[in-house]
Amino acid sequence: MMIAEIWKWIDDRSGFSDVVKPMLEHIVPSDARWWYVFGSATLCAFIVQVLSGIALAMVYVPGGDAAYESLKYITNDATFGYMVRGMHYYGATAMVMLAVIHMTQVFLHASYKFPREMNWMSGVVLLFVVLGMAFTGQLLRWDANGVWSVMVAGEMAGRVPFIGAYIAHFILGGETVGGSTLSRFFAIHVFILPGLIFAGIGLHMWLILRHGISEMPKVDQPVEPQTYKENYEARLEKTGVPFWPVAMWRDVLFSALMVGVILLCSLFLGPPTLGPSPDPAYIHANPMPDWYFWWYFAILSMLPPELETYIILGMPVLGFVALFVVPLLSNRGHRAPSKRPWAIGTVVFGATAFVVLTIYGYRKPWSPDFTVKPLPAELVNSNDPHIQKGAELVHQKGCLYCHNIEGYGGFRGPELTYIGDRLDRGELTIRITNGGYNMPSFAASLSAEEMEQIVDFLLTRTEPKPEVAK
Amino acid sequence: MSESVDSSETSAEDNRRGFLARLSLILSGVIGAAITLPGVGFVLAPVFSREPRVWHRLGKVDSFEVGKTVSVEFQNASVRKWAGVTALTGAWLRRVSDEEFIAFSINCRHLGCPVNWIEDASLFMCPCHGGVYYSDGEVAAGPPPEPLARYEVRVRKGYVEIETSPVPLTTNDQV
Ligand code: FES
Repeated sequence: MMIAEIWKWIDDRSGFSDVVKPMLEHIVPSDARWWYVFGSATLCAFIVQVLSGIALAMVYVPGGDAAYESLKYITNDATFGYMVRGMHYYGATAMVMLAVIHMTQVFLHASYKFPREMNWMSGVVLLFVVLGMAFTGQLLRWDANGVWSVMVAGEMAGRVPFIGAYIAHFILGGETVGGSTLSRFFAIHVFILPGLIFAGIGLHMWLILRHGISEMPKVDQPVEPQTYKENYEARLEKTGVPFWPVAMWRDVLFSALMVGVILLCSLFLGPPTLGPSPDPAYIHANPMPDWYFWWYFAILSMLPPELETYIILGMPVLGFVALFVVPLLSNRGHRAPSKRPWAIGTVVFGATAFVVLTIYGYRKPWSPDFTVKPLPAELVNSNDPHIQKGAELVHQKGCLYCHNIEGYGGFRGPELTYIGDRLDRGELTIRITNGGYNMPSFAASLSAEEMEQIVDFLLTRTEPKPEVAK
Repeated sequence: MSESVDSSETSAEDNRRGFLARLSLILSGVIGAAITLPGVGFVLAPVFSREPRVWHRLGKVDSFEVGKTVSVEFQNASVRKWAGVTALTGAWLRRVSDEEFIAFSINCRHLGCPVNWIEDASLFMCPCHGGVYYSDGEVAAGPPPEPLARYEVRVRKGYVEIETSPVPLTTNDQV
């Protein structure tokens, strides 16, 4: 009785039944099935981020000198600290992935067409803010990798014509990475970007309520702005179902699964390991972004230097603009993927490029591999001390950092396994002495004897002749 | 007759409303500026301030071997009390001869990753995108657009000293 009275008071003063309930129970198309769960799951992942983020912020110290220690404390000592950090990390991964999947689905089904253009545009803005969160978050880890990522970010910003250095100094909070830099990123990561996300989500959801969820595309229902709204309303009236609870259970179920996966990952895989301490003088760092940026990393490594600045600066801007204007280019006509082969093509191309570049980014074949081991004796396969010395030099002089010989060495340069078949003594000597495209000249760092040893060793690298049967 | 009175009354009311609307807008602008400008100035200050250059001692001259390139650490240009270990900057220091030293920035001129000195090959190599430099800092291979930046070094009273300077962003020279 008492409770009912209290509820009645709250309900009357707050307007829950008058305002919120109708929103929850608004009618949605009944064919809005499993395809539609990604948006709500993205939102749920964001909630995971807000909650785990607030928890982390209660211990994390956003100062250049203390952040690393506080993270170590969170990871190793704090009760549940390991898990909360893990949740924040996997939640971020989930949010980026789900946002992209959600967007892909909306794009494939052309749900961005009339009257939902602004839904899409606000979503594109949200996506970029989320990527900004992912990037700034990675820096807050403030280990060697984090510090070097700020450096790289500063360098990229520094490429902007005329005002680049100002932007870089703004990002770094000074002339170089140091005490002020982390505090800046912290403020951006916990105040500015989340504020934008909250506002963006608010708008995004308001637009969903205003225009309704789109139906599954049907071949015989192209979008005609003049008649669309009327027809949509009419169809909803006939076949629609209330969002709560008839359609919503799928969203809730999927989100529950996702949260379960996040929890399991954070329990069993744990948060990303902290690298060495954030000493900008530490030279053995090998900066690597989180996996969802590997593709970009790969692109940066493969570009010819002349194009680089344009692509570094132009690609994010172009990418944003290209996505943002999609509904302005076409907001009417067919929605069914079968009628929009270019849309399918774009998605397939984008996904393939992403996968291929990510694999490349991970294998980083363009980077010298500083960790190569010397060639084992059975591979060198020679009793001649001269040849053996050559094999040793190939390791010592760094040839193997970039070239691969039967599985030993990096992949930056051409493979040398059968180099003896391709080049003769003179050609090899010239290559090594002068260098060439992307290969340094070793003229100054090899003695004549060393050169001969290396060349003689390389000449032994030939493909074994198939035994000819008698 | 009465009509004209009416319209003059309405237009007086209109004027009043127009005035009040303008007043509110202007005052809102003033409030907005008053609230935000100090903060904006505060946040932007580092963009325009230049840290004074200072000489830092790296060590006794004798502690460096002639012909060897070693990594050294020193306090960077924009140091803050709370920076901790992040106040440090690294450099590659080579003792060329008895009196001559060269110091290279460890920051790759491509995107700033730390370059490694590979003694046997006499090359600086960058782990990020395969930038390679010769021992004099010139680009040998890979994407870097410019040679490694150098720091000023000098020998004073038996000590090697290096001059702090901003991290050499590829475009720093434009400022
Ligand atoms: S940062 Fe050194 S090659 Fe890219």
